[in-house]
Amino acid sequence: MTDVLVCVKRVPDPTGEVVLTPDGMRVDGRYAGYTTSAHEEAAIALAVQVAESTGGSVTVLSVGAAESVEQIRAGIAVGATDGILVEADPDLLGPADVAAAVAEALRVREEAGRTYGLVLLGNDAADTGDFQVGVRLAYLLGRPVVAGVQTLEVDGDVATLRGEGPEGTEVYEVALPAVATVLEGGVSPKYPSVVGRMKAKKAEVETLGWTGSPVGAGREALTVPEPPPNEVTVIGEGTAAAPGLVAVLRELKVVHG
Amino acid sequence: MSVVVLVEVEEGRASLVSREALTFARSLGAGDLHAVVVGPAPEAVVADCRDAGVAVVHEAGDPALERYAAAAWAAVVEAAGRAARADLVVAPGTGRGNEVLAHVAARRNLRMAANVVAVESLAPLVVQRQVVGGAALERATVDGRVRLLTMAGHAVEPSAADAPGAARVAPLALTIDPQDLRAQVVRVEKRESGDTSGLTAAKVVVGAGRGAGGPDGFAAVDRLAERLGGAVGVSRVVTSLGWRPHHEQVGQTGSRIAPDLYLACGISGSIQHWAGCASSRTIIAVNTDPDAPMVTKADYAVIGDMHEVLPAVLEELG
Repeated sequence: MTDVLVCVKRVPDPTGEVVLTPDGMRVDGRYAGYTTSAHEEAAIALAVQVAESTGGSVTVLSVGAAESVEQIRAGIAVGATDGILVEADPDLLGPADVAAAVAEALRVREEAGRTYGLVLLGNDAADTGDFQVGVRLAYLLGRPVVAGVQTLEVDGDVATLRGEGPEGTEVYEVALPAVATVLEGGVSPKYPSVVGRMKAKKAEVETLGWTGSPVGAGREALTVPEPPPNEVTVIGEGTAAAPGLVAVLRELKVVHG
Repeated sequence: MSVVVLVEVEEGRASLVSREALTFARSLGAGDLHAVVVGPAPEAVVADCRDAGVAVVHEAGDPALERYAAAAWAAVVEAAGRAARADLVVAPGTGRGNEVLAHVAARRNLRMAANVVAVESLAPLVVQRQVVGGAALERATVDGRVRLLTMAGHAVEPSAADAPGAARVAPLALTIDPQDLRAQVVRVEKRESGDTSGLTAAKVVVGAGRGAGGPDGFAAVDRLAERLGGAVGVSRVVTSLGWRPHHEQVGQTGSRIAPDLYLACGISGSIQHWAGCASSRTIIAVNTDPDAPMVTKADYAVIGDMHEVLPAVLEELG
């Protein structure tokens, strides 16, 4: 039986246009809405697979504002068991702080008799893209960590994890307890059923605080670069444009022979 | 002052993104330029480092490093940092580069800035880095006794130094701690076809999106990529629908490409896709919608159905 903890982050929907807050310090998600990163949705789907195959459970944890409970409940709606909200001002936290807050929440759970054989996170957050929280957490916990995982299986005390490397699919076999960061692409994200939504509404979400002193992220400001002015040359329409397109390919010297 | 750059080896050479990182590190004028290679440094890699102006190439030959383990690679980077008395360490913004530097950051309790595109000042170190998948830039201060940066792929063009460096090869004396091998690759399953590294470094990429219509809609795309000696890249919707494997995905959560030509067929050009292909030298869009962002941002466009246009192009090419 493997209990899995999945860490998710409430992020402004990255598929929409990026609008900044007036002070230029944050992405304003009021119009685009908020969501969970694609990598973390994949992490939840993998965690649910592990829980189903080992008879374990899945806890979704988020460090952030009170509203992050929406992302926690979204995880419960697709198969997680319960949730933990570590309430903290996300603007004050850097990746080292988030890792410390997760580690502290794990200690609280452990003292209450709940241990997690596997902790899954997204490989990188869709908004801040720091690529560090999972690795920093693993060092705080003294556990091995694998990054960029797309599929995983647990057999007893060993996890087999796969991710794409430069020369092919890299396979790791790691003794539990362990930490892994997940990249989307290896598993389809789950969609909530009506029953799942009902369960999510009622599920228990424990709220914890974090007592550490944040070191922050060093952010001074955000900018959205203006797209450079562009004039597109329309070669033509339909099949009649084929000769013109080939002429451009030859001009670019990408046609050989 | 000195800078250490992690150099990844690809087909016996310093990888493209590593050569970009070397060029970037040199341009900072932050002191001696050092490179670190995990494993014995092949001669061609030493030559690449020499061209880039590297003074010392640190190599680590411990047999335990034959299979990838991020923590062990981090131990090598740390050892090189000590040997070079580095106050700045730069890695390519690849999966490996970001992972290894995150380990160094965690082990040494240092700050790390990922996907940096520019340095505004060295003291204090202020950088511009990509966030929201490249749709926004963050200006950030990176403090600490040693500063760690990964370079966003294709933020600079690799170039040779005015004067080549000595590129003296210096073996690092270190023994890998078994603790650092707890998460190590046990085997690599080779892909049957397609290759992410090939896509990242390809000179020509033929891309396809929803306009392909289904898993059977890629025949002309595959043929054209083969005819042009290029790679196939696809949009996120294509991999989400299971039409093509994820390692072909171009974009925020896929590969970042910088080919001489990107021929984007039936791709609308979302912000996420653009984040992965904006560094292409020339973009040609084939799309039925003249107002699609991929068309308006392209250099050239053909307005039409890719299923009609591509076969006609293949015929024209002969």
